[in-house]
Amino acid sequence: MYRKKECIAMLLAGGQGSRLYVLTEKTAKPAVPFGGKYRIIDFPMSNCVNSGIDTVGVLTQYQPLALNEYIGNGEPWDLDRTNGGVRVLPPYQAKSSSEWYRGTANAIYQNINFIERYSPEYTLILSGDHIYKMDYSRMLREHKKNGADCTIAVLKVPMEEASRFGILNTNPDGSIYEFEEKPKNPKSNNASMGIYIFNTKTLIEYLKADEADENSDNDFGKNIIPNMLGDGKKLYSYLFEGYWKDVGTIESLWEANMDLLGKNPEFNLYDKRWRIFYRHNAEPPHKFGANGKAYNTMLTEGCVVDGEVRNSVLSNGVCVEEGAYVNDCVIMANVTIKKGAKVEYAIIDYDTVIGEKATVGGNRADGNKITVLGAGCKVADGDVVPAGEMLDAQI
Amino acid sequence: MSAVGIIFSNIHDRNISELTRVRTMASIPFACRYRLIDFPLSNMVNSNISTINVITHYNYQSLMDHIGTGKDWDMARSSGGIKILPPYISAFANNENELYHTRLEALKSINHFIAGMTEDYVVMADCDVICNVNLGDMIDAHIESGADMTFAVHKKTLTKETAKKNTLITADVNGYITDIEAKPNNFEGEADVLLNIIVCSRRYLQQMVLDAIAHDYKSMTKDILMKTLERRSYKIYRHEGYAATISSMEEYFAHNMELITDPDKYDSVFNVEERPILTKVRNSPPTYYGEESDVKNSLVADGCVIEGTVENCIIFRGVRVGKGAVVKNSILFQDTIVSDNASLNCVVADKNVFIHEGVTLSGAPSIPFYLDKRRMV
Repeated sequence: MYRKKECIAMLLAGGQGSRLYVLTEKTAKPAVPFGGKYRIIDFPMSNCVNSGIDTVGVLTQYQPLALNEYIGNGEPWDLDRTNGGVRVLPPYQAKSSSEWYRGTANAIYQNINFIERYSPEYTLILSGDHIYKMDYSRMLREHKKNGADCTIAVLKVPMEEASRFGILNTNPDGSIYEFEEKPKNPKSNNASMGIYIFNTKTLIEYLKADEADENSDNDFGKNIIPNMLGDGKKLYSYLFEGYWKDVGTIESLWEANMDLLGKNPEFNLYDKRWRIFYRHNAEPPHKFGANGKAYNTMLTEGCVVDGEVRNSVLSNGVCVEEGAYVNDCVIMANVTIKKGAKVEYAIIDYDTVIGEKATVGGNRADGNKITVLGAGCKVADGDVVPAGEMLDAQI
Repeated sequence: MSAVGIIFSNIHDRNISELTRVRTMASIPFACRYRLIDFPLSNMVNSNISTINVITHYNYQSLMDHIGTGKDWDMARSSGGIKILPPYISAFANNENELYHTRLEALKSINHFIAGMTEDYVVMADCDVICNVNLGDMIDAHIESGADMTFAVHKKTLTKETAKKNTLITADVNGYITDIEAKPNNFEGEADVLLNIIVCSRRYLQQMVLDAIAHDYKSMTKDILMKTLERRSYKIYRHEGYAATISSMEEYFAHNMELITDPDKYDSVFNVEERPILTKVRNSPPTYYGEESDVKNSLVADGCVIEGTVENCIIFRGVRVGKGAVVKNSILFQDTIVSDNASLNCVVADKNVFIHEGVTLSGAPSIPFYLDKRRMV
């Protein structure tokens, strides 16, 4: 019944994203909103579709409700297919055992059945944590050309930051001779992007061996890759050039949103040849009142602007009332900023209400820290939320 | 109780010939991201009508493209869903099946299809009226009254000019129709205007169509309704919210602009609880506003890049307004490009219009400057 596929993708989307604090309290990191109308997972998903990969397994674990709902039948990405399409793969109970995903490798191991249905020659492993546009089909072409067992996408990072990444040391032909996880003294600046293409047969073989090893952390970076290198398998790097951002922290999430702004943005969403698909809410167009002003800002459907917005990214249904001032902000869906309120350098999660004449955060230019309000916060009229605060609706 | 919807997509095309040269009345763009059919379609979907037939006639490529499988209205169903009924001319008939012009002729041409319907009630709607109406409530009222047919009407103040384009209804205190005046030449004042939304039972419609074929009737209003007022019971259903009939370019322009100037009207179409107006998804990115943009009193769809001045405008998806450009009181359809320092006032630009740098164009509210599809200025 299952048609054979050349390459399928497995998208690791179970991460908690604990460094996003209140933003991931009820949402898995891949489902965190981004850029006004997207979620982080839209980027790897759209990359798959644009690269001609039509079978994607999404492995979920932490707070899966929002993510499951968002992926649904995969229709926004054209992944509601009869042959293939997107499948959400949560941890499950089996006859002899039931367990959570213990690590990246274990998560894939527990879904070997899913992979085998499509008998793909190649399996692409992705994570749902990054903002980037990448043609995986090119990487696959390189992988085939090199006759590799595994190809790992790498990115040149500044040498001083290299010790924060998994570093791949390569020969001039791109073959990898050494992998170092967060080395103190990095030999190169080829950082692993956590994107792997494996020959499926080899992958399954190593996953099974890894599972049998009780001392293993069941992690691709820590176990599978070093084991393959140790056995003399052919591992190649694939150099990615272009915009790539790990949005794992509050600051980097804010920065990545800001990278969308400008006449020639660092990360361009308007490229019609590489569209980013998303699940859509039917809301009316956005509306400017008589006093509305927006400078260097992105607005989307359902927004109502009657105040001043600068250098910000607003999601659907955000209302900025008369006299309100918003600067350097990322504002998620259905937030209301009432009359005369002032919000600066902040990330405001969905359904938050900022009362009249309230002040949230402080000017970024004055060296203030970023302010974060969790979903559903209510800031009373005239209240002040000092810069650098992180508030949760429960408090 | 089950109901089926029938939408007539072409019936009033001639009223607004500029915009229907390349499309149906149903697919005329409206309010940044909608097409006129979205209003009757969403009204039906919001009232749990799960089978909708769209009767079309000519120019229906844009309509088919807009509706697609119907999934954006949650109407991609295995039973029911949206069906488009293009003109059906049988191969061996002696050309007597000419293209239809009126609703009744359209219904006659799909007689076999109507005979096969199984739902209890039928809701029929045209595409020239913008309103958010609770059809479930209207069907309930119809059933309760036991009338033969129920017609949605809307109280409106008419001038001599607008009266000429409307059908006026007079009803008694109980809401039974006593007179129908189609396009009266000499009327001024307040009247109940027909919204072209009709509810009747499926059997009644089937019988009416058979009867019309037998008698070669051409017009539902003139040949059937007006002549049978005394024998039959026709009732009105008064729609209290906002309703706008689009029967000329002037009205089209005015009703678009009304959404900006009158927030109450806007809300009574777009912000009704549990009754959203749905439309086709285009997967646009958000709209970007540049450092020097200045936008006031406007509705803007997604996927635009605005760097100039925009005032009192309706801007559709993917429009670009360059630096120093000034666009006022205008409607710019999908993917229009206004180059730097151009200046527009009272312009209606159809899809993919390109305005060169520094060009100045100006119309008047009563005669907006219309630029047809793909025009370069």
